[in-house]
Amino acid sequence: MAIDLLIGAVKAIVIVVMVLNLAGLLLWFERKGSALIQDRVGANRAAVFGLGQRLGLPNLGLMNTLLADPIKLFTKEDFVPDGADRFLHGLAPFLALFPVLVTFAVVPIGDVLEIGSRSINLQAASLNVSALYVLATLGIGVYGVALGGWASNNRWALLGAIRASAQMISYEIAMGLAIIAVVIAYGTLDLQQICRIQGGVWFGWLPRWGILIQPVSFILLLTSGMAESKRVPFDLPEGESELVAGYFTEYSGGKQAVFMMTDFAEIVLVAVLITLFFFGGWQVPWLYRDGFRFPGGAHLALPNVVVAIAQIIAFWLKTVVFCWLQILVRWTLPRFRYDQLMRLGWKGLVPLGLANLVVTAFVVVAIGAK
Amino acid sequence: MTTPIGYFMALSAVLFAIGVAGMLIRRNVIVMFMSIELMLNAVNLAFVALGRRVGSMDGQVIVFFVMTVAAAEAAVGLAIIISLFRSRETLNADELNLLRW
Amino acid sequence: MPLWLFTFLAVIAIVGAFGVILQRSPVHCLLALALTLVDVGVLFVGLGAVTLGFLQIIIYVGAIMVLFLFVIWLLNLQSEAKPNGHLALKFFGSIGAAALAAELSVFFFSAQPISRVTSTPSGYGSVEDLARMLFSDYLVAFEVTSILLLAALAGAIALARRVPGAALLRAPAEIQRAARPGSTVR
Repeated sequence: MAIDLLIGAVKAIVIVVMVLNLAGLLLWFERKGSALIQDRVGANRAAVFGLGQRLGLPNLGLMNTLLADPIKLFTKEDFVPDGADRFLHGLAPFLALFPVLVTFAVVPIGDVLEIGSRSINLQAASLNVSALYVLATLGIGVYGVALGGWASNNRWALLGAIRASAQMISYEIAMGLAIIAVVIAYGTLDLQQICRIQGGVWFGWLPRWGILIQPVSFILLLTSGMAESKRVPFDLPEGESELVAGYFTEYSGGKQAVFMMTDFAEIVLVAVLITLFFFGGWQVPWLYRDGFRFPGGAHLALPNVVVAIAQIIAFWLKTVVFCWLQILVRWTLPRFRYDQLMRLGWKGLVPLGLANLVVTAFVVVAIGAK
Repeated sequence: MTTPIGYFMALSAVLFAIGVAGMLIRRNVIVMFMSIELMLNAVNLAFVALGRRVGSMDGQVIVFFVMTVAAAEAAVGLAIIISLFRSRETLNADELNLLRW
Repeated sequence: MPLWLFTFLAVIAIVGAFGVILQRSPVHCLLALALTLVDVGVLFVGLGAVTLGFLQIIIYVGAIMVLFLFVIWLLNLQSEAKPNGHLALKFFGSIGAAALAAELSVFFFSAQPISRVTSTPSGYGSVEDLARMLFSDYLVAFEVTSILLLAALAGAIALARRVPGAALLRAPAEIQRAARPGSTVR
């Protein structure tokens, strides 16, 4: 019993540490990646005591984003605006971060890891309704944004908060419809089970990834996920040219750092959900629990630890690819106007999601309960 | 030790009573509405606890319907409050006494 | 569910409920209610109704409470600066509610002590079980509820929309005079 608790705690800590590290790295991806896309240099100045200057290391901008920026943010003065609600102003950033991080409790990063006689499921909390849990925590994410803007006693922040919460609850519906269609196609709500079903091959060589079964849901989930995390082209709530900084105008220092971290953690979350539902999660093509089995017939036996590590690496690689995709889209597309945004959500994505759901249900019943 | 179902029912009763107190004490219409939601949830808890005691799913299905009806009621009730506010400019239940002579 | 966990959740629920009725600012009341509802959702999960617990969080906390928040914003509610209402009503109301709580609790505590809960069938509270009951025994109620939601949607929109021009009818006299064509405003 105590061992189980310890294993669970270790899994949870490992996953949260991985996520926060990736979120921090994404900050660097974003700065240098956007510089690459926009044909400029980006951050290239900071270095620690001039180390590595001759090698040209400051050009990578790592010290800038990973060391200088966080130190600056956390040592800045932390003020609460006059007349603002102190309690809610302080609570809102953490209320925004909490649901995003908590969702990672049900994300499986690998199959089973066998240590001795114990086989550990590489998922921090083995719920059999994990997809429902993901939807629930996404719904709670509205509060941090809404209360952050309202508690600032600033009408532009309030405007940003109203837009943000309206946008989030609208695209939650599209996201829910996409997830439900995937769940119907797989027949289970359990995320680990969905990843396991995506093992195996069709026609001897094609991995059974979800993108081939549910392409429309993929587009829906990608779009509504980006809208949920208020990334460009849906970032009107934080519209930099219109609302100063939208709902987090009156935040500085540590609290703004927490809001930023929420933004990047949500990027990771959307990328993780896409990998889990549509790209096999931790599945490496042709890798089974006992080793590789290539289409030609070659079989390469591998110990369980190597298989588990390969699966974890594959999972994070796929996640990074989709994070990069989101960064790419951000720096390519212009921003939606608010009415265009709402029209896309309600008149575009929701009917598409419903149609996809109906077609999926018909196909599943016709084939006979897959 | 597992909790006896009576404890869940007692918690449900206490939450219900707090909801009743909220309806009587507060005069702000929106807070009174929130107390109604509190009472509904207390009853939901009682249903689920009793369903678990008997071992049947009926309690949960009833709670499903109660939740849905509460959502519909919240939407319509809040719309009424909005139109009330637009015509009366107040949300104090003591001042909404238009029908009293 | 273990007793210590139940006590912890019950304390949070009761503190949240008191927060709802005692806070001055409506947004604080709303946050306290959201906390209580999440707590009740967790209690559902602990009682074996796993699907229902998460549905509670999705529907109540994720949608209905956000609806309340939007209405509070729309009406621009401020905190209540001074206590209002009749003191006698508050006093006797609290005593009445406390008496109700006490009486019901005595009833439940002095009922036949159930020291263990009966074992539930496997898959109790799962999505399949709930769905099977909804689509077989309670099908009519399910369909009627969906129509009820449609009616509530239409009703809420009809009640809360602004009829264009209606505001002008109730406007103060000066605005009405100014809006009449051919009049000049001083």
